[in-house]
Amino acid sequence: MISVPSSPVLEIKNLSVQFATPEGEVQAVSDVSLSVNKGECLGIVGESGSGKSQTFMAALGLLAENGTAQGEVLLNGVDLLKAGERKLTAIRGNKIALIFQDPMTSLTPHMRVGRQLTEVLMRHRGLNATEARDGAIAMLKRVQIPEPERRFIMYPHELSGGLRQRVMIAMALLCGPDMVIADEPTTALDVTVQAQILDLIREVQDTLDTAVVLITHDLGVVAGLADRVAVMYAGRIVEQGGVRDIFYRPNHPYTRGLLECTPSLDQVQTGKLLTIPGQPPDLQNLPPGCAFHPRCVHSSERCLAERPVLSAASHNGQKACFLSEGQVSP
Amino acid sequence: MTSINLASRHGEALETAASVEGRSLWQDAWRRLLRNRAAVVSLIILAVIGLLSVLGPYALPWSYDEIDWDHIEALPPSLELGHYLGTDYVGRDLLARTLVGGRVSLTVGILATAVALIIGVTVGAVAGFVGGRVDQILMRFVDLMYSVPLTFFVIILMVLFGRNFILMFLAIGCVEWLTMSRIVRGQTLSLRNKEFIEAARASGGTTAGIIWRHIVPNVLGVVIIYVTLTIPQVILLESFLSFLGLGVQEPLTSWGMLINEGAAEMEITPRTLFVPAVFMTVTLFCFNFLGDGIRDALDPKDR
Repeated sequence: MISVPSSPVLEIKNLSVQFATPEGEVQAVSDVSLSVNKGECLGIVGESGSGKSQTFMAALGLLAENGTAQGEVLLNGVDLLKAGERKLTAIRGNKIALIFQDPMTSLTPHMRVGRQLTEVLMRHRGLNATEARDGAIAMLKRVQIPEPERRFIMYPHELSGGLRQRVMIAMALLCGPDMVIADEPTTALDVTVQAQILDLIREVQDTLDTAVVLITHDLGVVAGLADRVAVMYAGRIVEQGGVRDIFYRPNHPYTRGLLECTPSLDQVQTGKLLTIPGQPPDLQNLPPGCAFHPRCVHSSERCLAERPVLSAASHNGQKACFLSEGQVSP
Repeated sequence: MTSINLASRHGEALETAASVEGRSLWQDAWRRLLRNRAAVVSLIILAVIGLLSVLGPYALPWSYDEIDWDHIEALPPSLELGHYLGTDYVGRDLLARTLVGGRVSLTVGILATAVALIIGVTVGAVAGFVGGRVDQILMRFVDLMYSVPLTFFVIILMVLFGRNFILMFLAIGCVEWLTMSRIVRGQTLSLRNKEFIEAARASGGTTAGIIWRHIVPNVLGVVIIYVTLTIPQVILLESFLSFLGLGVQEPLTSWGMLINEGAAEMEITPRTLFVPAVFMTVTLFCFNFLGDGIRDALDPKDR
């Protein structure tokens, strides 16, 4: 199954995810549809609990035991939600790879770094130990790890956070996946390392033409890397579009709020950090109508009565708000 | 990891870089174990006791079941008669009996523990990792086994299969794995939600592969400690079973039985208690030091 350039690698259609908890069912993701094209970087932005990670965990069949998912997740046309565990095992790490948030805890502590890399190659590619070793070292070199032969035989605790995240990226790229999902790849790293890792992801994406999904709550990261952005709130996409459109012409008050919350040097003068007032909603007890209306400065009667659906926005993307761009922006 | 720490490790790593290529966890652990003096000494003592038990009896002038009719009473150590550590209360050579007893005790101790180790770790790791119904079924079975009294269980086995030395390993192993599986299950439960397990799943690991490569090596530290506690327990359990007539039978003996007999004669000939007791105590000490050493060796952060 070879995908034509710019055709979607991954297409998520009407995906919903629920978790059964002792307190009742929690609707973590509601009716999310999005697609990622070859060689494209899609940024997924949202607060904690907005369902941004769970959307992709569901896509890979990695939900917690109490989670269920409905909808369609098409990877090159194959529905992953209907695929069996055996098939998913062959896809994970091979066609779709995941980069986790915390490199400090994502590597098995008792196993040398090299062994963890070769394991992936030997399983998915059927390479023998020597070939896998060469492949792994080449990939360590590829992600700009100095002295890869020496790191190869080190244990995870002997590496710094940045190096470990590079190892995680190397592991994700080993099998030449169609898509890499980076779940907050830089959150656990310090700022200078963050920039290096983002550069690396961008560079790798350009040269290998891999589709990248960047899940983050850091708008700066999205601005630097993503081609398109989807903003999630309370399990739904509230706005999506090209990165420049979203940043310069936000159509949804929530997106606008997020942008205003980003601290900048200009604020030194006012001395105040802006926030979006209120709390993210309780997913078990969503407000009627638009889930954002209790926190929205523009909310009206209609927002309380009716839930806005995703519709064309003034930029070429979509928004789920009754207001037009002019009304959202001051 | 601080950079200072890293830098200091670089030197060491560089030195050994060429020689450690492709080493497995076990080869690494072995190398680290050899640096632990207490563990190495214990290993040597255990090897000596093991060799003495296996080969020693052939080199002695008296065999373990031979009664010296000229000295039917407990005889003090005597070089010219060939009773290097004296005889017991019916005139059998004490050293020969202790060494032969060592064969039985060490075999039972190691084999029964191995049985318990294999069953316990497998059941515990599977129950803990797979969870859900599998966990329920396996753990209720463990509860069931806990509630069966050991002697009753062994008697049933004896009735079914007749008296058999092998049966004793199985019987003891079948009892000792229960606690092991509980311990391993608990450890697995705390590991299964760790990020590196999730990462392993995300990179396409199968359930069996993750249990074997990511769970089991991580619980080994605790398991090894429990093993070193189990071996003495098993050796004592064997003497209990033998006392009930369910284990080894006279004239064959074991350390547990010898200590039992010796304890009865303690006031008249303390020697008959001390000789097997010293052998057993030294062995158990060594197992504990060795277990500690192995635990440390298996922890890569401890180098």
